[in-house]
Amino acid sequence: MRSPILRRLRLGALTVACVYVLTFLMVIALPGNPFQQGQHHIPPEAEMALRAQYDMDNNWVYFWQFLVGALKLDFGPTFTYNDWTCNQVIASSLPVSMLIGLMAVLIAVLIGVPMGVVSAVRRRTWIDVSCLTLVLLGLSLPTFVTGSALLIVFSVYLNLAPIGGWGTIAHLPLPALTLALPFIACVARLTRTGMLDALGSDFVRTAIAKGASKRGVIWKHALPVAILPVVSFLGPAMAQAMTGSFVVEKVFGVPGMGQHFVNAALNRDAGLILSTVLVFATLLVLFNLFVDLVCAMLDPRIAEGV
Amino acid sequence: MVNCEKRTINNPLRRLLRSRTAQASAIVLFGLILLSLVMLPFSVRWHNAQELTRSVRHPPAWSPVQLDSNQAADHTPRDTSSAFAHRAGSWFGHDDLGRSLFYRVLPGFLVSLAIGLAAAMVAVIIGVTWGAMAAMAGGLVDQALMRIVDTLYGLPYILMVILLKIALTRPLTALFAGHSGYADMVILFMAIGGVSWLTMARVIRGQVLSLKNELFVEAARAVGAGPVYVVRTHLLPNLVGTIFTYGALVVPQAILQESLLSFLGIGIQQPTPSLGRLAADGVEAVNTFVGYWWLIVFPCAFLVVTLLALNFIGDALRDAFDPKSRAATLV
Repeated sequence: MRSPILRRLRLGALTVACVYVLTFLMVIALPGNPFQQGQHHIPPEAEMALRAQYDMDNNWVYFWQFLVGALKLDFGPTFTYNDWTCNQVIASSLPVSMLIGLMAVLIAVLIGVPMGVVSAVRRRTWIDVSCLTLVLLGLSLPTFVTGSALLIVFSVYLNLAPIGGWGTIAHLPLPALTLALPFIACVARLTRTGMLDALGSDFVRTAIAKGASKRGVIWKHALPVAILPVVSFLGPAMAQAMTGSFVVEKVFGVPGMGQHFVNAALNRDAGLILSTVLVFATLLVLFNLFVDLVCAMLDPRIAEGV
Repeated sequence: MVNCEKRTINNPLRRLLRSRTAQASAIVLFGLILLSLVMLPFSVRWHNAQELTRSVRHPPAWSPVQLDSNQAADHTPRDTSSAFAHRAGSWFGHDDLGRSLFYRVLPGFLVSLAIGLAAAMVAVIIGVTWGAMAAMAGGLVDQALMRIVDTLYGLPYILMVILLKIALTRPLTALFAGHSGYADMVILFMAIGGVSWLTMARVIRGQVLSLKNELFVEAARAVGAGPVYVVRTHLLPNLVGTIFTYGALVVPQAILQESLLSFLGIGIQQPTPSLGRLAADGVEAVNTFVGYWWLIVFPCAFLVVTLLALNFIGDALRDAFDPKSRAATLV
């Protein structure tokens, strides 16, 4: 088991390196730069001085400096938030996003998997149809609408949660639930398809033939196999959920990391773009690896391939 | 009985037409498109007609509220259709500039649908070309192309869309000099389509790899057909099902992406309406005062109905073209 993991880690490192190079190329190819915002132009001398201050006067030099810094986990200064380093920005926002994202993924699994199982077992009944409609509704509503609706219902009318902000445990459920909705839909759908496949397979028929109870067959024999697509979906989903969502953060006023992706891109803040992308790519690689290991644990047939 | 079963299995189109949800979705969608097209002349006239005295944030009403302040002079509509159109203007209420929401939602629906379809088309063109190229070339080229796809998967989606949009803005604005509204829409669907082709490329590559070894391709090769000819005449017809299935899934996603970008303020620009733009404006209005419910309810209702219908059709397409997932067919 050990050397395959090492091989996967090497491959992951290569992917992150490719992501870095590609992002860097996109950043320098973009028109505009962080030093001239909008209509207001600064004199060329001042721009040169600013570039020198941020080591941006030579793209090649900047490429290597940022890379060396990133390997030491020091992402350097941001260009738009004065006196903030990228490390400070990430350190202040990533834990918030990770907490919300983790909770969202938990909610998605706890609601989505039973929903998928029930609609597969009760196929073509009204339960299945209503589950499917709920799932598609979850995929069809923009997050800013569901978030605002939850906010209005739970905070304004029922007064159960604070209206936006961050700091106490009461601030957590609404953003997490909003973030979870599309994931619930995906998880339920994948579980249903996986469960239908599993229920039709030979080992389930064997289990039934040997006299196992219906409940036991569904939850003990079929589910571990049926859930494999869900587990592989959760890898990228966790990376995505844990790096925050701009919309959820804006609707609920949460200081998460999603806003930095958007603002960094809009401001052409090279340092922040590169550091947030590197954090995302690293998380993605790690979660994908983790998820593959879980898959191998669930299905011994895969373990030989990993 | 047996005969009937055989025929339906062999014909994906027939299976598609048999799905009742897909039928209903198609009917609803066509109904909305027809309504929007019929109303288009009035929408063009009134979608940005501001009236800042009586109709500002006027709630939905059966009787018409003034549509246009210039109209006060000749208030009497000439013919019956125009009178009807005038009356319909207040059905969905009015926004904060007194504009008729009815005549903003209908063209907004068309704009959103057009962006979704165009983005899906961009994604299909890039994805199919990329995947087919990788599979046909094989070897190092294949590895390099697919490594690029893997790398792009490792980038956050929203960041990519924004970067692509920034990159496309300057050349396309120059191209559409003087028509900034069109330039906006083109930039938007190219940016969304430009990041939605990754799954398509992977799936097409897999399909082409397996089709490449079929006898009919070998036969074509043997009589001297080049790779481009083989892809065009022998492989594309076999890929149609896959292309439609995955293309149909991109359309609702692209519409949702557009609404997200509009919420960020970098999507469709005023005064052009789109469902996402209208929903985002509605959310803002409702956040200040819940009483302005119609500003969010109508755009969102249109958005949800459109996306539901598109998702149902996409599901039916997948079931129809993929015999393996037929077990999962609902209704």
